[in-house]
Amino acid sequence: MIFKASKLTAAPYILWVMIFIIVPMALIAVFAFTTTVKVDGEGNILSAEEISVMEEELAVYNEENGTEEELELDERTIFTLDNIIKVNDYLPVLFKSLWLAAIATVICLVIAYPMSFAISRVNANRQKVMIMLVMLPMWMNFLLRTYAWMTLLEKNGWINKLLSFFNIGPFQMINTQGAVVLGMVYNYLPFMILPLYSIMVKIHDTTLEASSDLGANVFQTFSRVILPLSMPGIASGITMVFVPAISTFIISRMLGGGTNLLIGDLIDLQFLGNAYNPNLGAAISLVLMAFILLCMSITNQLDNEDNIEGVLL
Amino acid sequence: MRKVISRIYLWAVFAFLYIPIIVLIVNSFNASKSRSVWTGFTFDWYKRLFSNQAIINSLGNTLIVAAVASVLSTLLGTLAAIGIYSMKKVPRSVLINITYLPIMNPEIVTGVSLMLLFVSCKINLGYLTLILAHMSFCLSYVILNVLPKLRQMDRHLYEAALDLGCSPRQAFMRVVIPEIMPGIISGFLMSFTYSIDDFVISYFTYGPTSQTLSITIFSMTRRKVSPEVNALSAIIFVVVLVVLLIVNFAGSRDERREKQLERRAIRGIRITRQLTAASPAVTAEKNIGDSITRGRENKNGGE
Repeated sequence: MIFKASKLTAAPYILWVMIFIIVPMALIAVFAFTTTVKVDGEGNILSAEEISVMEEELAVYNEENGTEEELELDERTIFTLDNIIKVNDYLPVLFKSLWLAAIATVICLVIAYPMSFAISRVNANRQKVMIMLVMLPMWMNFLLRTYAWMTLLEKNGWINKLLSFFNIGPFQMINTQGAVVLGMVYNYLPFMILPLYSIMVKIHDTTLEASSDLGANVFQTFSRVILPLSMPGIASGITMVFVPAISTFIISRMLGGGTNLLIGDLIDLQFLGNAYNPNLGAAISLVLMAFILLCMSITNQLDNEDNIEGVLL
Repeated sequence: MRKVISRIYLWAVFAFLYIPIIVLIVNSFNASKSRSVWTGFTFDWYKRLFSNQAIINSLGNTLIVAAVASVLSTLLGTLAAIGIYSMKKVPRSVLINITYLPIMNPEIVTGVSLMLLFVSCKINLGYLTLILAHMSFCLSYVILNVLPKLRQMDRHLYEAALDLGCSPRQAFMRVVIPEIMPGIISGFLMSFTYSIDDFVISYFTYGPTSQTLSITIFSMTRRKVSPEVNALSAIIFVVVLVVLLIVNFAGSRDERREKQLERRAIRGIRITRQLTAASPAVTAEKNIGDSITRGRENKNGGE
């Protein structure tokens, strides 16, 4: 290859990859398959009952002697499958996340597909402006945008107020699953439009003309020319919407109220919330990753040529 | 008729995208503290914004973290991209696939895994962890932006520079770097904006003294968002709009110039070879090199 010395320039990055990509992923796996247990002096694992018995004894001892000693036990990390088994209890939440994310992805595709096609057919300067308009909302803080939807959807929010002029409503819109899906669609729609657009802009008008010259009607042109050509864009759009949608935890919390927890919320709760249990959190993360990998490999079947890279960039 | 429908459809989607932003901007002028009652027009929130220490501090933190993370990532990432480019096929594709991981993985998993790393190594969460965490995804954006530019670059340019008497270092700095500059710049810009916008990864790696703007806004949304934030978002919106407009216009001007040059070059080559006077040897070499690579690509059926 051309630069002889330049192989070395990747060395710092390889070190980086080891420390900040490989090791953290390995840590998730380690945490998912281990748990911390308390052991007594001889290294025997203590059950929760044994510990509570010891605590009671100590409390009695403290009361008798007026001391304030605390139970000090050694901790040890052991291998276990309990965390993974416990994820079973959360499968309904996982399926709900999957379901809502899938709906949001489909809605995004349905909205974005004609949108991208329409943009790709206007003249070049207007295309630029429109793509800029699509990207502009992404530069605003997404928490604020979601918060703005709260203002709109609330019981006495803007939409209900507008509807009350026509004597309709008020509707319960916030804290519903519909609101969560709306939030996902709103936040991730540009991720669907952009890859679709970048594929469709390459479909030449002459191709479409050729198709109709050869006797295809509008639907045939769509199903046999436009659709197959835009498959790579569809595949990468789906991935780019589905992955953040299934793992979101803010949208569900802000627009879904406390009742529509998704898998992302569960992970958050295990690490930074009340239900502190990083081992279980890691197990859920691991299952989520496996799930996404599965879904993505299905999506990639749509796209036989390995074009994702080109679309992403 | 078809045109009218597509026009209406486009504007309907744009309306959907912009309604919440309009809500934010309108509320930034709302005298009432409540977000759903309009009591009058005011500039108060803009005045108060600049005396709200929490918001100003976190804005500063956001900018510092984004600047440090994206500059470091751009340097490290550009070097890495060059290294990856000159690797053999298997290690190269392995490394590229790993580079995709921080982008393709759900953000929450990346955030959690980095938190586990920092906590296991007993590193206190703060600026350092925040910058490292942001670099973990910024690096991927830089590398994935620079690599295609390296691939597009003519491999013989570097050799030509050496033949013409450049030292390897000169050839690198004066031929390779300018060739891949657009990729470096877009990688840097992407890193910077993703870093500013990031919430999830920051959420798992910030320390009590290094709150970024997203974190501050998040802690507000749990209680009540003070309308100063609306004012801030209105300002950000206007700034971003202006920047994008400038970039857009500058970009289209560049493009026009490029097209002009291209046209001139084609004409020049066709009529005489005198154009080479504008950029001696290199242009000629490039054209020859181009045709050679093209020939080779055709033979191999592309890469």
